[in-house]
Amino acid sequence: MDLKLKIWRQPSAHADGKFVDYQVHEISKDASFLEMLDILNEELVNKGEDPVAFDHDCREGICGMCSLFINGRPHGPDNAITTCQLHMRRFKDGETITIEPWRAKPFPVIKDLMVDRSAFDEIIQAGGFVSIATGGVPDANAIPIRKQNADLAMDAAACIGCGACVAACKNASAMLFVSAKVSQFALLPQGKVEAKERVQKMVAKMDDLGFGNCTNTYACEAECPKEISVTNIARMNREFLVAKLS
Amino acid sequence: MSKFYSSVTKKIWMSFMGLFLMTFLVVHLSINLLLVFDPTKNLFNEASHFMGTNPFIQLFQWVLFAGFVVHIILGLILQIENWVARPKGYRVKAISEDSFFSKYMIHTGVIIFIFLSIHFVNFFLVAKGIIGEIPKTQIDGKSVDDMGALVIALFQMPYYVVGYLIALLILGFHLDHGFQSAFQSLGLNHPKYTPFIKGFGHFFAILITLAFMSIPLFIYFSK
Repeated sequence: MDLKLKIWRQPSAHADGKFVDYQVHEISKDASFLEMLDILNEELVNKGEDPVAFDHDCREGICGMCSLFINGRPHGPDNAITTCQLHMRRFKDGETITIEPWRAKPFPVIKDLMVDRSAFDEIIQAGGFVSIATGGVPDANAIPIRKQNADLAMDAAACIGCGACVAACKNASAMLFVSAKVSQFALLPQGKVEAKERVQKMVAKMDDLGFGNCTNTYACEAECPKEISVTNIARMNREFLVAKLS
Repeated sequence: MSKFYSSVTKKIWMSFMGLFLMTFLVVHLSINLLLVFDPTKNLFNEASHFMGTNPFIQLFQWVLFAGFVVHIILGLILQIENWVARPKGYRVKAISEDSFFSKYMIHTGVIIFIFLSIHFVNFFLVAKGIIGEIPKTQIDGKSVDDMGALVIALFQMPYYVVGYLIALLILGFHLDHGFQSAFQSLGLNHPKYTPFIKGFGHFFAILITLAFMSIPLFIYFSK
């Protein structure tokens, strides 16, 4: 496959950026999207040019490092996968692909397509943990948990914190991420103990960092590679309301 | 304001006020429909007289006014914060699958606000005797304002009818997203009931819009 790429290039956090056009040739349709970028970078390095900086790590869809806003969609045109799981067969020969970094005030560009997502770490540090003593590992049946709640908590915990929800949201809101983290604890007995403080602290931190407000547009859910449901946002709103009123 | 009220608090107030304004729409619609069901205008004029003189309603209209103010101001604050949250946009417009009308709440909201302002001048301020004059009519030997005549006179003008219909269509778009969104913001989400709430929200938006639209059309075409 031959492809035209329009890639956002920005030498550093405070420098001005611009789109630069590249051409890549003879790309296998079975190559992953990141492998295609690797091939481009190899060519750039061989020519003595600066390679395109982009985040990646496990390349198995579980670490949450890869990002990229590809042709108007976070993680590209497929649903429920990360960019590293996207393959070039999803594109047409000769197609122009526009690749942009996540755009949100709390996610500043570090270089090219890499953004600083430590805002998510700060939200976790504000309350996304259990600090009570929970003792050793109990027997599996020692703490009765409804199967439904266990499933919902596990689904929420599938969030890899990639930031696609923020990137997709027209308001750059982090509600899906924060609500998944609030939910995974609020649904289980050990997490329930600190649920009230947790939701208030995490929401306050999210607001402080400058994320936008949720307008229930649900683009986050549509773009989440782990298919985190917006019912988590409703749960967080409910938890927040209960915490404020009691 | 952001420092005092969290994003979730603002959203909760936004939805409470939205739902409150929807109940007002239902009351307003039921009174307006009296013009269709009773062409003598007497029922409508009696209802208008009641709404304009009942002490409880007089007090409650300030609560309603506050509801509008809170909903509008919060809507603007939320929108400005949302614009600030993404200082640099995307070159390729986001094409994620999402709730269509939710993307245009500020636009539909601003149009509804303009409509509301015109509506306020045309009807509310006239009814209060602040501007213009209202003809009087006799109902059971009692002299009351002929609000019906005022409405009918305005709905004789084609451009006014068209403007009114467009504004109501926009209101319908606003309600279509607003109804289910209010429940989501209040945390009222349930696998069993949410599909019904979403379905009812669409039904409610269509019903309110079509019912309000029927009134100027009925008056215009029955002159």
